[in-house]
Order: sequence, then C-alpha cells, then structure tokens
Amino acid sequence: MFFRMVYESFRRQKRRKLLAGVAVTLGVAVATAMIGVATDIGDKISRELRSYGANLVVTPQEDTVDVEIGGVNLKPPSDGAFLNEADLPKIKEIFWRNNIVGFAPMLPVNVKVGGPSDTKVVTLLGTYFSKRLKSGTQEFVTGVRITNPWWKVQGSWPDDNSNEVLLGERLAAKLHRRPGDRIDVNGRELRIAGILSTGSNEDEGIVAPLAVAQQIVGKPGAVRRIYVSALTKPEDAFARRDPKSLSPADLERWSCSPYAQSIAYQLQGAIPHSRAEQIRQVAQNEGTVLSRIKGLMLLLTVAALFASALAVSAAMATAIFERRHEVGLMKALGADNATVASLFFAEATLLAILGGLIGFAGGALLARKIGLAVFASEITIQPVLLPVILAIAVAVTFAGSAAAILRAVRFDPVFALRGEA
Amino acid sequence: MSVQGPPPIRTEANALNTNGAQQRSGSPHQSMLLRMLFRSAVRRRGRVVTALSAMVVAAAVTTAVLNLYADVQAKLGTEFRSYGANIIVVAKEGMPLPADALQVVESALEGRGIAVPFAYVVARTSDGHSVVVAGTDFDRIRRLDRWWKVSAWPATSGEVLVGRRAAAVVNPQSGHFELSFQGHAIKLTSAGFLETGAGEDSRIYMPLGDFVKWTGVQPSTIEVAATGSTKEISAVLRKLEDALPTADVRPVRQIVEGEANVLNKTRATLLAASVLIILTAALCVLATLTGWVFDRRRDFAIMKALGASQRLINGFFATQAAAMGVAGALLGFAVGIGVASWIGRVNFHAPVTPRFVVLPLVLAGSVVVALLAAVLPIGLLRRVQPANILRGE
Repeated sequence: MFFRMVYESFRRQKRRKLLAGVAVTLGVAVATAMIGVATDIGDKISRELRSYGANLVVTPQEDTVDVEIGGVNLKPPSDGAFLNEADLPKIKEIFWRNNIVGFAPMLPVNVKVGGPSDTKVVTLLGTYFSKRLKSGTQEFVTGVRITNPWWKVQGSWPDDNSNEVLLGERLAAKLHRRPGDRIDVNGRELRIAGILSTGSNEDEGIVAPLAVAQQIVGKPGAVRRIYVSALTKPEDAFARRDPKSLSPADLERWSCSPYAQSIAYQLQGAIPHSRAEQIRQVAQNEGTVLSRIKGLMLLLTVAALFASALAVSAAMATAIFERRHEVGLMKALGADNATVASLFFAEATLLAILGGLIGFAGGALLARKIGLAVFASEITIQPVLLPVILAIAVAVTFAGSAAAILRAVRFDPVFALRGEA
Repeated sequence: MSVQGPPPIRTEANALNTNGAQQRSGSPHQSMLLRMLFRSAVRRRGRVVTALSAMVVAAAVTTAVLNLYADVQAKLGTEFRSYGANIIVVAKEGMPLPADALQVVESALEGRGIAVPFAYVVARTSDGHSVVVAGTDFDRIRRLDRWWKVSAWPATSGEVLVGRRAAAVVNPQSGHFELSFQGHAIKLTSAGFLETGAGEDSRIYMPLGDFVKWTGVQPSTIEVAATGSTKEISAVLRKLEDALPTADVRPVRQIVEGEANVLNKTRATLLAASVLIILTAALCVLATLTGWVFDRRRDFAIMKALGASQRLINGFFATQAAAMGVAGALLGFAVGIGVASWIGRVNFHAPVTPRFVVLPLVLAGSVVVALLAAVLPIGLLRRVQPANILRGE
C-alpha cells in the first residue's frame, strides 16, 4: 500500500513533482560543477602560472661568477664549467618527471656579426626550440617554445637540427635584416628563420639551435645551464628544511611532496656535477597567487552549495505545502503522523536520488564545458564524488521538506479538508 | 489560511470579505489596493518573512559574487606585483639617463607603483677577478623584489649585499674586502648574502650614494612595478616613453603576459561560477515566491468571486512581489557587501570596496525574478474557476 501510494503520487502529480525535481536537479548540477571546478582549479592555474617561465635552474656545481650587464657577457665563453647535453633526458627520469612541464638548455656565446667593415659583438644563445628527446621508451618534446611562452617569433621557428637562427628584434632593426635573410656569424653563413621578440635581453642577440652554439665555442655537448619548468606545491615551513638534516622518514615525506626544493634536490642528483636551485622570482610568487585563487574558488563553492541547498529546500517546502489536502484526507482515513511523514520522506528521497543522478551527470558535463572553454583542458569529476553528492542532495531535500512536512502533519484534518488550511 | 482570519476587531479590517465591495464601490481602486497590500503584509507575516528571506539571501549572494568579480582584477593585480617589475627603463646606448629620470618616472606613476634605479660597473677584486657591482636603493628594492632571500640587509653606508656566487670571488668571510674600479679602490663590509637563483647571485649590491661617490657612474636602468589593469599599465608605458625620449622604455613581457594569462583564466572561471550561483539564487526565489502565490489562491478566488478584474488581481500580486523584490534586494545588498568584504579580508587580507554599480543590477534582477515568480502561477490559476478553488479543489 505504501509503495503504491508513492508510485501513484509520482504518476498522478507530474507537474508538482516536476517542479521540485527540476529544482533538485539544477541545484545538484550547480553544486557538482562548482565542486569539480574548485577541486581542479589549483592544478589548472598552476599550469597557467607556468607561462611565467622556468622556476628551476640547473648550473654546473663549480660554476663561477657571471660577469654580465644588460645581457652582455663580459667573460670569455669558454671559461667555467659546463653540463653535458647527454645528461638532459635524465630530467625526465626523476621521481617527479610528470611534474616537469618542460626544460631548455642554454649555452650563451659571444659572437661577431656583420660584414668586415662594421663588426658587432653580440650574444648568441644556443638552446632547444622544440626538440624531440627520448628517455627510456618515453618520447617527449621540450625547449623554449614550452618554457618561455612569451617569446614571439615573426617568421618561423628554426628547426633544432638546422643552421637557422632567430634574430632579436632590436638587433634585427640595427642590422636591417628580415626573416629569410642571411647573417654572417663568426664567419659562418646562417639563415635567419625569424625575428624574435621577448621584451628582454634576447632582443639584442641571436638565438640558435644548441648544436650551432656548441660548434662556435668548439665544445660539443656543452650546456651552460638548464631552465626547468615544473609544477610545484606552494612552499611551506617543512619545504624550507635542509634535506640533509631530515630523518629518513621525514626525508621520504619531503621528497614525496612536489616542492620546488625537493624537485631541485632530485634534479641535482640526476645530473652529474650540477647544482639545481629555484628561480625565486617565479617559484616564490606562484604559491601566493595560487592560494589566493584557490581560496576564492573555495569560498564561491561554499556560496554555490548554500544557494543550491536553499533553492532545493524552498522548492520542496512549496511542493509539500501544496498537499495539505492529501494529508488531511489520509489522517481522516486513520493514518497516523508517522505514516504520513514517512510517505513524504520516501517521496523526497526518491526525488533527491532521481534529481541527484541527473544533476550529477549534468554538473559533470557543465564542469567539462567550463574546463574546455576557460583552460582548453577537461575538468573530470571523480566518480567517488557521486555518493557524496547524492548524500548531500538527500540530506538537503530532507531538511528542506522537514519543516513543511511537520506543519502539514500537525494540521487539523478537518480544516484541511474544508479547504481552510 | 485565508484572508478570513480570526473574528474582526474592527469592522473596517474585515471590509475585504464582507461588505467592502458595496461600501467602497464608489471609491477608487487605488486606496483599496494599497489597503489590501498593507493588510496582507501585516496579517501573514510568516509567509512574507519566508519569501522575503529567500529574496534577501539570493540578493546577498548575487551582490557578493558580483562585487568579488568586479574587484578580483585589482585584488589579484596586487598579488601579481610581487613578481616584481613589469616595465623597464634603460638608457639608450651611449646616452645616460637624464639626472631627474627617477623623479620623472615617479610622477608618471602617481604613487601607483614602485621605481628602483640601478647602476652597474665591472670592478676588480684584490686578486684580479672581475665582478659586477650594482648600486641601488635598498629600501625600494625590498618592496619591489620581495622574493630576494637576504641573510641581512645593509643598514649603514659602506655595507653591501654579496650575491651567493659572487661570494666565491670576493671571499667576504672575514666581513671585509676590497674592490677597485678604474684605479679607485674601496673598502667594503659585507652585511649579508643574497640568493635569487638568477643573475643577481653573481653581483654585489651597494647603496647608490656610495656607488656614485666611488665610481662616478649614474644609474642606467630603472625597474618599474606599475599597479593596475593592462590598460593602465600601457598608459604608464606611453607616458614614460613621452617623458623620457632618450631612454628605452619596454614592458617586461614575461611578467606582463604571464599576469594577463592567469588573470584572464581566473576571471573567466569566476564569471562561470558567478553565473551558476546567480542562476541558483534566482531559482531559489522563483521556487519560494511561486509557492507563496499558489498558497494564496483562495484570496485570488475570493477576489475574483467578489468581482475583481483580472487586471486588479494581477496588479495586486505583481505589486506585492515587486515590493518584496525591492525590499529583498536592498537588504540583500547590504548583507552581500558585508559578505564580500569578509571574503576580501579572509582571502586577500584587504577589504573589497563596495561597488554601488551593483545595486541597480541586483535591484532590477530581484524585481524581474519576483514578478516572473508571481505572474507564472497567476497564469495557471486564471483558467481555474474560483468556485473550484473555494471548494478546496
């Protein structure tokens, strides 16, 4: 009899059920989408923050002082120690390899450009543009196009295995060169693939494939420093501890958090004779920006949950208030308060589960759409979230209906039936 | 519950459902309408309070979200300034910066940012190594480059900051070392070490006054951190270009583009979230008000049975809904401003400035939603015979 009443109530009062159901569905959809966005926003923004460039730098251990003003190096380029290009793929073999977004080796060389009449000394920077590398079975592409997304090229990017170069825009203006022209560098004819604009020192120089710079300096396989762009966890007090002073258990915990420090520590271990450190300008500020944005989204999610809970409660209260008549009839026919209340609660649960399921699917779709529209990458909702969301939906629907059900049950059936409720 | 409440204390109060129609047939509808509105608000406080609180909550949430959305650019912009300079002024080759360059930059900034001068030379250490020495203003640099890790800042003249790499060359372990530039030697005391992970590690920083006295070299670079939106920053850029024709003024693309990128993504996410929240709030109001109007279908039937025109009834419910919308929006706006400034304090450690531009938006939105919520059920009730409603069907 109980189930039949629930069933008939759904079958016969389609309009009322639809209204409440729509409210539950929309509420759950908004809640799901917001939770999805909020849980994923940290990861997404931290990827966007990589557009600030590398946050770690690897240099030779016994590296000496750079004597450099305004991007012009005043020290002979063969001076000092070098890293070995052959060690580069090891960066992708460390524990945190999936957090390494990209890296770019750098080899600055002072070169003479121009004709015999007016020679000019400029810096030629050897690097990877988007080089295909292999570590083990894994293939990946890395270079300045990934680590320095603000570098703009007019013309085309050179191939990493070619003799083509990029000319800084200020230098190009001085030398009156355009993409496709040739330039004489230390007696070598190099083709200019494009004009580079970075808003920094590279605008005054030349950027070439790493192999070209190595040939010029006469040191095959040499790399002066490596810039690494990694996804990191904001620094806290624990991150700042010296790994050498940690107990084995703490060291494991420290290494298993993707702090800039612990990634640097592992890079240092992976590349022989190297020293890795964070570029504090980029690494230190990421944490603050990230935590502000995450905090904002968290507060907004709370607001969204609150608003959707309120909407669901309001819809349920309205739906039940409309049915005082039925309550009066049931009570007149001998139903006690508990039976009436349980009937309504059963209906509410059913509605919450139905609306919750549809809403969850809709919310997941919505989160995906937001992710694609804003970050051009999907936001996936963990299926684990489904029972949580359903439980919340049922709880909110219950809470919203409770007051209305209590009022309906307490009402004198005589008044209700006379229509004076 | 209906308009027929407990026995009338004053006959006047019961006018609506007894002989009001005849007695007041001559008087204009206006006063009747006002009277009905007033009595219904007073008599059915419970329902009115429920519906009103839904409106207040919805308007508060909407106000808070809109305020945050409008303010997030400024708030995050401040955070982004911790990345340091976004404009750099460099002397053109062979031309020094004008002597008053720093004042010119300061006046272009109008207090909205920091400018730090830098002068560089290559000096020699006592054992013949080359090292870059920079003269700067430590008070300004502490505000501009907050990521500098410094063991101790120089306090008095003659004290310098030694970069981590430069330390290997000058051996400041004893605390004192000597540098020479073009034959002029100077004795310096190391106050602390500097670590940034970038070019600064290879340099020695000293107070600008000492630097100029020693080398005679004037600042060649001014690093500027201008606060504001992308538009405001490009305006500062143009102003600086005009004011300093002998210098190269250029944006630090790495910082400017990184900031624009992150900010745009954040704002877009926030916008999506705001739309969702505002829709939900509107839904909440719609659900409550619809219930409120449905609940009053007996009033509706009685009014109709007593010969009220459809227009009067529509007007009655619409006016009530609109009044509720206005009241809810005003109360909600006040609450929402409070919530927004609380979020600002908790998350950004700075209050969010109340934006009164939001008020008309919230007001209009509330009234529209309230009217919609009132008109929809009336449309449905319209087709029903008043007799059926009064019979309780």
